[in-house]
Amino acid sequence: MNALPVLIVATPLAAALVPPLLALASVRAAKAWSLAAQALCLALSIAALRAVLAGGPLRHALGGWPAPWGIECVLDAFSAALAVLVAGLAVLTTVYAWDWEDRRGPVREGAFQSLFLLLLAGLLGMLAAGDLFNLYVFLEIASLSSYALVAAGPGREAPLAAFRYLILGGAGATFWVLGLGYLYALTGTLNMADLSSRWPAISASPAAAAGLGLMVAGLALKMPVFPLHGWQPGAYAASPPQLMPFIASAGSKVMAYAIFRLLAGTLGSEGQAGRVLEALAPVGLLSVAAGSMLALTQTDVRRMLAYSSVAQLGLLFVGFSLGGRWAVIGVFWHMLAHAVLKSCLFMAAGSVARRRGSCEIDDFAGLGRTAPLTAFCFASAGLALIGLPPAAGFFGKWYLLRGALDAGAWVSLSVVAASGLMTALYVFRLLERMYLAPPPESKRVEPMGPWGAAPMLALAVAAILLGVFNQPLIAAFIEPARLAATGGRG
Amino acid sequence: MRLRFGSAILDTGARVLIPFILIFGLYVLFHGHDSPGGGFQAGVILATAWILLRLVRGNDPGWGPEARGALVMAISGVAIYAGTGFGALAFGGAFLDYAAFPLPLPPAGTRAAATFVVESGVGLAVAGVMLIIYEALIAPES
Amino acid sequence: MSAFHYAACGALFLLGLHGLLFRPNLLRKLMALNVLQASVVLFYILLAAKRGASPPVLSGPGPVEAAAFINPLPHALMLTAIVVSAATTGVGLALLIRIHRLFGTLQEPEIREKTGLS
Repeated sequence: MNALPVLIVATPLAAALVPPLLALASVRAAKAWSLAAQALCLALSIAALRAVLAGGPLRHALGGWPAPWGIECVLDAFSAALAVLVAGLAVLTTVYAWDWEDRRGPVREGAFQSLFLLLLAGLLGMLAAGDLFNLYVFLEIASLSSYALVAAGPGREAPLAAFRYLILGGAGATFWVLGLGYLYALTGTLNMADLSSRWPAISASPAAAAGLGLMVAGLALKMPVFPLHGWQPGAYAASPPQLMPFIASAGSKVMAYAIFRLLAGTLGSEGQAGRVLEALAPVGLLSVAAGSMLALTQTDVRRMLAYSSVAQLGLLFVGFSLGGRWAVIGVFWHMLAHAVLKSCLFMAAGSVARRRGSCEIDDFAGLGRTAPLTAFCFASAGLALIGLPPAAGFFGKWYLLRGALDAGAWVSLSVVAASGLMTALYVFRLLERMYLAPPPESKRVEPMGPWGAAPMLALAVAAILLGVFNQPLIAAFIEPARLAATGGRG
Repeated sequence: MRLRFGSAILDTGARVLIPFILIFGLYVLFHGHDSPGGGFQAGVILATAWILLRLVRGNDPGWGPEARGALVMAISGVAIYAGTGFGALAFGGAFLDYAAFPLPLPPAGTRAAATFVVESGVGLAVAGVMLIIYEALIAPES
Repeated sequence: MSAFHYAACGALFLLGLHGLLFRPNLLRKLMALNVLQASVVLFYILLAAKRGASPPVLSGPGPVEAAAFINPLPHALMLTAIVVSAATTGVGLALLIRIHRLFGTLQEPEIREKTGLS
């Protein structure tokens, strides 16, 4: 029995206990502790991914009680790869936030670090959970910490945004539990592997469809996609700028993971699970269209990026419902690319917000001259998000298009193709400001410290390199992840 | 004389009630593994004793733990739980495998003993967190 | 359990959902979330309930007649769900106290007016 699946969750969970006490002595020490714990988590995730790629899924039965009676933690190629991504983003975000000072004293800073570790533990726990109820528990650990982190934002609107997030997020989690109750009543099990073997007997039941619908709606709300995104732009814009890169990029991928793992992985897209998967397509298409439109109307860049996430997450739903080899590869690639690009964009936006106090489009004027590095990172991640080859964003859409072509889904094909164009509209508006408009006279510009610049630059370079090396990466990680996620089907 | 907190009746009432609340909390804790109860419920009951003190005596420093004490309680409680888990791993069992501890007891006895340790941790953590929540809700404007 | 019980549970769920979406007062929204969560707790307890069965506490050695006991698993699950619900309420109340200090009201339309937030 391999302990890695439980260690990647237990490490940040246990490490989260220390910062509140450590911060009373030294805030720096608390930050260093938090960074060390995240780096350890990343190392454990990488070790787990290597072990999984070499020898198949890792399972760990908690307390020595075998599944399906006991609780198990499982990592396969899909969840282990995402764990590496999530832990890596956490490390980069903490490095980025390193010299960010919190005026509110050591108690707050300690709680802050602790909450960030709990958020990481919750997300990794969702990836490692082998049963659907534990997935809910970890979902709530992650959500409760993000409510508190959003509320710690600098503005007056932060508690209000956090409260909206709490109410809708709480409702989403309740939907998941209610839906799970249906599945439990039908099958008598919560364990994913066990459920997988019992599913064919009930796969045609309307109660199963109702349960699955509720569960997917709950997670779609937390992800979020249109029209369940009401909490998201406000929460992203109000959250502390140094944490936005993580909050805005990691959580949504893990929610998407859970939806796909449940419908395609556990239930094998059979019966009602397949019908729920098909029903995701219109939601995704609507989300792409509405998210892009709303992004165009925003003047606050953080809100613009938030709506852009709604659109990009819609693409994931489109890919899920297409199924098929290339569509799934495209979706997984898009999850990776979007996480990297959005955290880079939010890092650049955060550094502008830090400098100027606000993050309006006008604050980006002349950034190409006053802060060339930030402007370069924003531009390169933005162009990659549009999907210009050879950057990372291109290949997600390329494989999605190929999947849509294979499936003969012409509506999906045209919307995926048009999504790049719609992204271009709002990204170019900013590029024009950054490179062509004169910088405002009055506002002083401070250069960014090396702590903030390094992770941002690393992500911007990764945005290009990922695209260039897409084929070896797909062969090494995405294809095994696809096989693990779909159980070799499809 | 009007006091903001406390009076002969309230103080005496609290003095009479609190020992019984604490004993009852411990009873629920000790009986957790073979009857309804356990660390969670015990923690809440123990916390009510302190919250009652706070309600009667306000911020009087001689009575009950401070906010920082509650933080330490909560953290050490979770640390006991997590430590049991890691300890079981260290002794070659699965995470939280209580039977893995090399105690001179039959397996069921080992499990019961380790369960009690875990439940005590849960009790401490829950009591601490209840106090922190209470303190957070009454905290003055900062 | 009868359809009546499940219908009552469903009514509670809808009541909670309605309050959560349409109540202008933020505290009532939080209470509505609690009602919503309570309805799901009730749903699981109904799944576990059995007429004439006793709680699953063993009172001594001897063969165990599983059919004589109610299903303990949903109860254990709901214990966790109740903890989650309590934690959510705690965070929500703390946020509401801060909102009230900042804006002097918990009515959402008034707060919107004061801040110009949408």
